Amino acid sequence: MSTTPPSARTPAAVPAPAPDRSPRRGQVRRPGDLVFSGASLASGLLIMAILAGVATFLLVQSLPVLTADPGEVTGEAGFAAYVLPLIVGTVLASVLAMAMATPVAVGIALFVSHYAPRRLGASIGFVIDLLAAVPSVVFGMWGWQVLAPRLVPAFAWLEANLGWVPLFAEGSNTGRTIATASLVLAVMILPIITAVSREVFLQTPRLHEEAALALGATKWEMIRTAVLPFGKPGVIGGTMLGLGRALGETMAVAIILSTGGFTWNIIGPGNSTIPAEIALNFPEAAGLRLSELIAAGLVLFVITLVVNLVARYIVEKRSEFSGAN
Amino acid sequence: MSKRIDVNDLNIFYGKFHAVQNVSMTIEPKSVTAFIGPSGCGKSTFLRTLNRMHEVIPGGRVEGEVLMDGRDLYSKEVDPVDVRREVGMVFQRPNPFPTMSIKENVLAGVRLNSRRMSHSAADELAERALRDANLWNEVKDRLDKPGSGLSGGQQQRLCIARAIAVQPEVILMDEPCSALDPISTLAIEDLIEQLKEDYTVVIVTHNMQQAARVSDRTGFFNLEATGRPGRLVEMDDTQKIFNNPAQQSTEDYISGRFG
Repeated sequence: MSTTPPSARTPAAVPAPAPDRSPRRGQVRRPGDLVFSGASLASGLLIMAILAGVATFLLVQSLPVLTADPGEVTGEAGFAAYVLPLIVGTVLASVLAMAMATPVAVGIALFVSHYAPRRLGASIGFVIDLLAAVPSVVFGMWGWQVLAPRLVPAFAWLEANLGWVPLFAEGSNTGRTIATASLVLAVMILPIITAVSREVFLQTPRLHEEAALALGATKWEMIRTAVLPFGKPGVIGGTMLGLGRALGETMAVAIILSTGGFTWNIIGPGNSTIPAEIALNFPEAAGLRLSELIAAGLVLFVITLVVNLVARYIVEKRSEFSGAN
Repeated sequence: MSKRIDVNDLNIFYGKFHAVQNVSMTIEPKSVTAFIGPSGCGKSTFLRTLNRMHEVIPGGRVEGEVLMDGRDLYSKEVDPVDVRREVGMVFQRPNPFPTMSIKENVLAGVRLNSRRMSHSAADELAERALRDANLWNEVKDRLDKPGSGLSGGQQQRLCIARAIAVQPEVILMDEPCSALDPISTLAIEDLIEQLKEDYTVVIVTHNMQQAARVSDRTGFFNLEATGRPGRLVEMDDTQKIFNNPAQQSTEDYISGRFG
């Protein structure tokens, strides 16, 4: 009863019999363990070796242009002046694509994981995954032939109404602009971001969802308090995978964009990206020009590396709160 | 801040499965009511109908009435979200939000109710809830640290603080100590004693000594056979249930002959 003195309320701790200790770690090496640890070590080393090989190739091949006389480089102002507009173009196209794709992807993932009836959700997920199987050259053709002409009126509207924003200074007549390319890139990276987000949203512990609901959360509030914070690192990871794909995407951009010098105007011709620049010029390049293109590839490699490091930093910064502990 | 609950002829279903049959009972305000019974007898299911949390599971529905101070929680115009704001719940496993700090966890429910609060009011409320949950002294120096860094017993008291921060009428506890060590269990039981001064507390427990220690009234749930619906066998003052139960099966259960 509730009047029982406190001393009688603590159940006596019964010491459990000590379990038999297995031999100390490292003494017995089972063949299965050896094979698996060896195989995973080899795989780990292999990926490092491939990466190191690529980096070395890029470095060695791009040395000539880094040491060349600035006057001999395309544009006659040195490699940095040549590659800088390309870097900005690449990052601009990819960031635009990411900005357009991420909210949509998160929305689809939430719908599939928390709103749609199970069967509908599964089929939508399947369709999205199918999108990832479309070759990029097909996206490129579609963007060039179908999407670009249809975007011309939209660009004209943007120019007329938001022309004072430098991004929308002058509309294109063909629609083959960096904005079109970004839109196509967004469609291309949508599946990967959606797939990763959907998986993490589905993994939200039931306990946390119920905790939110029991506090009187509506469905959306439950998603905001339990699902989104839990899935945030995963969404960031998926977005970075998508960004990586957008940064490296070659064919779609090369086909759609009518390339040119750098301009802030994203709805007109101009701009280029590193992969497109390489793809368009590689067949006829030789000597120093070839080295130039490879050096541009090296720069892209570094950009991708930096992007991934930043993503990792963002995820790690709040790892204390991730629920992994 | 505490309301009386009358349950009339409640039947609970999951899809076609009839989980609990014909439960009628009265839960008095400012008291502790415990439900005991063997696994699968429907006591947790029944508890979850008191704040409509069983509806979260697809196919969950009820027939019958649950009246809180005379208002039917299941009438058409009642929003389950409002019910859950009045009837707080503490779960079997401690479940603080891992992405929130201790303070944010305590205030999570209040923020949902979208009350705008000044910083000082929020601090004050968090402190009061944590004090009421007997946790303040242990966490006052690390309010901004994640709630998941606390021990299991502390996490459970944090969940209680989170539940009482919104000042509910009723607090439901679903085996709140089953994942805790004896010392933490003692802390929670002491807390339950204090909570009943302000709230109506309903607790499900597997531990009959716990029911005997903390509750004023006890309900015994049982099922006739596996696959049959669970039902309330008897409900009476805890003293009476444990010393002189009216039903033979209650006697058998509390004396350890089955279950």
